[in-house]
Amino acid sequence: MTIDTAATAQAPPVVRAHTPRSSRRLIVVGLAILGLLALIAIAAPLIAPHDPEAIEVDRVLGAPTLQHPFGSDVLGRDVLSRVLFGIRVSLLVSVSAVLASAALAVPLGLLAGYFGRWVDTVVSRTLDMILVLPAMLLAITFIAILGPGSVVAALAIAVIYLPILARVMRTSALVVTRNEYVAGARARGGSHFRVIITHVAPNALGPVIVQASVLSAFALQLEAGLSFLGLGTQPPTPSLGGMLADGRDVLIQAPWIEIFPGVAIVIAVLGFTFLGEGMRRAFDPKGVAE
Amino acid sequence: MTRQLVFVLRRLLLTIPVLIVMSIVVFLIIRLVPGDPVLTMLGFRATPENVIEVRHQLGLDQSLVAQYFNWVGALLQGDLGTDIVSHASLAELLAQRLPVTFELTGLAMLVAVAVGVPLGVRAATGGRWVKRLTEGFVVFGISIPDFWLGIMLVLVFAGTLTILPPSGYIPFEDDPIQNLRYMVLPVLTLAVGEAAYILRTTRSAVSSVMGRPFITFLRAKGINSRRIIYGHALRNAGPSIVTVIAIQVGVLLGGAIIIETLFALPGVGRLVVTAINQRNYPTVQVGVLAIATIFIVVSLVTDLIVGWLDPRVTDGAAR
Repeated sequence: MTIDTAATAQAPPVVRAHTPRSSRRLIVVGLAILGLLALIAIAAPLIAPHDPEAIEVDRVLGAPTLQHPFGSDVLGRDVLSRVLFGIRVSLLVSVSAVLASAALAVPLGLLAGYFGRWVDTVVSRTLDMILVLPAMLLAITFIAILGPGSVVAALAIAVIYLPILARVMRTSALVVTRNEYVAGARARGGSHFRVIITHVAPNALGPVIVQASVLSAFALQLEAGLSFLGLGTQPPTPSLGGMLADGRDVLIQAPWIEIFPGVAIVIAVLGFTFLGEGMRRAFDPKGVAE
Repeated sequence: MTRQLVFVLRRLLLTIPVLIVMSIVVFLIIRLVPGDPVLTMLGFRATPENVIEVRHQLGLDQSLVAQYFNWVGALLQGDLGTDIVSHASLAELLAQRLPVTFELTGLAMLVAVAVGVPLGVRAATGGRWVKRLTEGFVVFGISIPDFWLGIMLVLVFAGTLTILPPSGYIPFEDDPIQNLRYMVLPVLTLAVGEAAYILRTTRSAVSSVMGRPFITFLRAKGINSRRIIYGHALRNAGPSIVTVIAIQVGVLLGGAIIIETLFALPGVGRLVVTAINQRNYPTVQVGVLAIATIFIVVSLVTDLIVGWLDPRVTDGAAR
């Protein structure tokens, strides 16, 4: 299968000398960005200067002013307030998608990596089927069946990430299970369940956390892309991708409608990317995460 | 039989279950729609007569297994069905739309490889500033959503500088030069992210090869470093780069769905998006089927190329 050859043909991970400082700095910057965005997402109703859905006819395509620092959109709605609420939806959809995916992928990967043999074959081959379609196409297929909406978009993203997260968890669990302390714990009479929970899982989770952070960055872009196509979050709820679709036809007259939501997406993606890269250097020195 | 032949046959046989699973997924699209797909499709146009007619036309009045085999049988004979909205033949529609998607993704991949591979080699072997600049390009390319980059490119090149058209399409047969002018922005938009991935892969593959003893040996022999890098290091890094390029074709095809909509290009991706919004399920199925088939064929071809580039893969798989 494609996936097997991909894994075998991949270059051996490059051992680079990363100082603990470089990884700490990336984690701190990533966390700072995400913390700020999370705060914005939670406090959006309090800090937004205007109602994000309030239409002001005399402010249609209004340029940025002191009252409306990011300008106004095609319906005269305040772009700043819509961006703040959009961050809320984008973070909610992408983070919940990745968490939902991990909730299923972690146990499956643990079982496949710990037990190996037929358990591994059944889990891995079943999940491989999801990889038959390219990610974006799979998401769109999902939405074609269930209809558009932010919950369906989150669900679609979760399904796409299931095989990736499970594969990382499986590889990581496989490596940890080979350790002698696992055999020791079994010899002392610990049940499989106990050994997995207390010995394998805590030591194998690092790469999955790294992968989850990296995937959150892509989830944000996927959600924005789906909403841009009109297949994700539905109007009038403000979403960053949806705002970009609304302003597409007036790009030249009112570029602010297109610039600010995009910048918000890029900042959020950078937050997850920095965090993921920093954690990769700190928690995944062997390069299990993809 | 030679090992190579066994490898090729094995790989070809492995494609069959993949195609079957994919066809089942595509087949199920219309059957999994909650409620009655025919009522959803026809909406307010639904009358008892045409509901029965469309249901019969789609074969939904038969058993699921019979439906699947009839559908696959028709597909294999080139009968892709008809568009519910325009009543056009889907085979003809696909024949019009596919070349646009091929041109867009093909050119984008070409640009991405032409930029990503040489820069990746430089990043692995160059000085500190080269490394910093290329790292900056990678972070930039991966973090910017492609469609937003496209919007910003339109703003700069079509809005402010007015040197390129903002969107639209002119067939290559009508006017090759205008066709390419309209393709510049969509192709660039798709290529930047891809180039960043290819750069990153090339960098790590080449730098891991550069650390191996045979490179030190070649250096000791006095071979100039240009020949070592391009003749030996890149040659050995080839299989991993080709593999990643193939995986990225899937990403590129997904990206094309958005980029075609953004730039109003009449490709398969835009066909699918429009069809989803119209609840035009047969067209959605054909579009998904086409893109997925391209993806599977590209994966197959790449694995064969990797096997040819790296005989160890052929050996391992044949054993």
